[in-house]
Amino acid sequence: MIRKSLTVLVIDENHIRASIIEAGLREAGHQQVTVIHDVAGIARRIAEIEPDVIVIDLENPNRDMLENMFQLSRVVKRPIAMFVDRSDQASIEAAVEAGVSAYVVDGLRQERVKPILDMAISRFNAFSRMARELEEARSELESRKVIDRAKGILMKSRGLSEDAAYTLLRKTAMNQNRKIAEIAQSLVTAAGLLDPEES
Amino acid sequence: MAAEHRINAGFMPLFDSAVLVAAKEIGFALREGIDLTLNRETSWANIRDRIAIGHFDLAHMLGPMPIACNLGLTPLASDTVVPFSLGLGGNCVTVSNAVWAGMAAHGAQPDLDPARAGKALGALIRERANGGGDPLRFAVVHPHSGHNYELRYWLAACGIDPSREIEIVIVPPPFMADALAAGRIDGYCVGEPWNSASVVAGTGHIATIKAAIWKTSPEKVVGVRKAWAEREPEALSALLRALHHAARWCQDPANRGELAALMAQPAFLGLEPALQMPILSGHLALGGGAELSVGDFFLSFSKAANFPWKSHALWFYTQMVRWGHVAHTPENLAIARDCYRPDLYRSALKPLGVALPGANAKVEGALKAATPVGSAGASLVLGPDGFFDGQIFDPDEIEAYIAGQKLARAEV
Repeated sequence: MIRKSLTVLVIDENHIRASIIEAGLREAGHQQVTVIHDVAGIARRIAEIEPDVIVIDLENPNRDMLENMFQLSRVVKRPIAMFVDRSDQASIEAAVEAGVSAYVVDGLRQERVKPILDMAISRFNAFSRMARELEEARSELESRKVIDRAKGILMKSRGLSEDAAYTLLRKTAMNQNRKIAEIAQSLVTAAGLLDPEES
Repeated sequence: MAAEHRINAGFMPLFDSAVLVAAKEIGFALREGIDLTLNRETSWANIRDRIAIGHFDLAHMLGPMPIACNLGLTPLASDTVVPFSLGLGGNCVTVSNAVWAGMAAHGAQPDLDPARAGKALGALIRERANGGGDPLRFAVVHPHSGHNYELRYWLAACGIDPSREIEIVIVPPPFMADALAAGRIDGYCVGEPWNSASVVAGTGHIATIKAAIWKTSPEKVVGVRKAWAEREPEALSALLRALHHAARWCQDPANRGELAALMAQPAFLGLEPALQMPILSGHLALGGGAELSVGDFFLSFSKAANFPWKSHALWFYTQMVRWGHVAHTPENLAIARDCYRPDLYRSALKPLGVALPGANAKVEGALKAATPVGSAGASLVLGPDGFFDGQIFDPDEIEAYIAGQKLARAEV
């Protein structure tokens, strides 16, 4: 039996993440994928698209509006929350932890939808990891900059070598049980207060 | 002292989460040995889901929401009990300047009088209908909310059928003022500060308030996952004591400035402190320069504001029946009655020797003035608790109340 391929609607205000999900769905062979970033006028869009599956990010404050719309929906295809029978507690938890939820039309068999949700969960997690790594890289770069400035201040005001300046920062950080970047930031701030030229 | 209990709670960025926020930030929870973690959420659906899967032990919830969960009206719902109310009142009905002008032409005054405002709105709605205009569109925050039910109650009592003569849509609270300004909706019912936000922006007018439609009426509650409440009775009792102290602190006028500054922080409401003052003082700017001071506009503590009256839950149930959200059956009625748990409130607070209502339910609308009532241990003042249309809700006469509302609707 040839099954009609599922129509999937992705609602995500984050454009990059939505593209990642869309790409994943297409790789998995779902050709009928629509992405919506803005929920204005969404009732009409849903009526036009008639999605079998709706994937939505949990940060979206419009979930209450959407759920109400689904409940009142007069169209034949009525979306309901996924896992309404709670047969798969692990999947529900994984989805909520990843920050994604799904609605499926009533009567659609769960095993047809599960791969879509599993894919969404893994892509959401990958996106979060990527965003976190980017943030860490950015703050790492910031730390290096502020440490370099602190070293410069010590070298100039105390006539230390670069190595000695760094050793002093590290020793102070260890003694105070703080990060080197924090000590460096305090030093840069203090130097700026004492001598505006330095900051 | 190391905390004996760790509790994870969810809340929505609304002013009536203040008691939970104060319990954490002013230190009442820690004093009861609780390490309380507050998680800000973006939708009531998220709160419901995260309670269901055990991320949260309890949460700030709309009063009817736990009842809807237990009645199975929402997906992923888990059994939820209500041992504490987070306050009485606090909502307003705000309309666009155009709607207010139309209402004023039909006799509306900036006096928040629900009967007068409703009559004027009814005249405006019929005038629009005769002129072939689209029905007015009002927004509420959730179908199972005090906002939805009090808006509908007010309109129906003023001869307007809220299911046919207007359209009711769902909009998240922080988007209400923008939706009104953009003309996507004509009015809304929401908690503060989202009404004052439209007044300050010059794009809305407060037409009436919850505290006038039904005086000292229930709004948000603490919804607790029943399985957790049964497993951790000591943690729950300790939390209820912390919330009791926090609620008293929030109600004290001496703490208004500090509370407004606390709620203004980005982690909570993220709005300037001045916007938090109307709900604290009851002094409201209504729009167009009109101002009014309202008694009992929002009560976080006094008049037994934290007591989870079963009559409040049962009134919400009658409105769910009235508007077709649930069928009235003896089983459903029992589920609604069992959801609010004054027994848990009483047993937690008994050691404090504070005033506790002796009854679990009261006749809503019976007290026309503030009245001292019999209570265990100390004096307690309740009311006035009247509905603006003079109706009485006697939880022992629930069949007659439901039948009466059906009849009233048929006559509209």
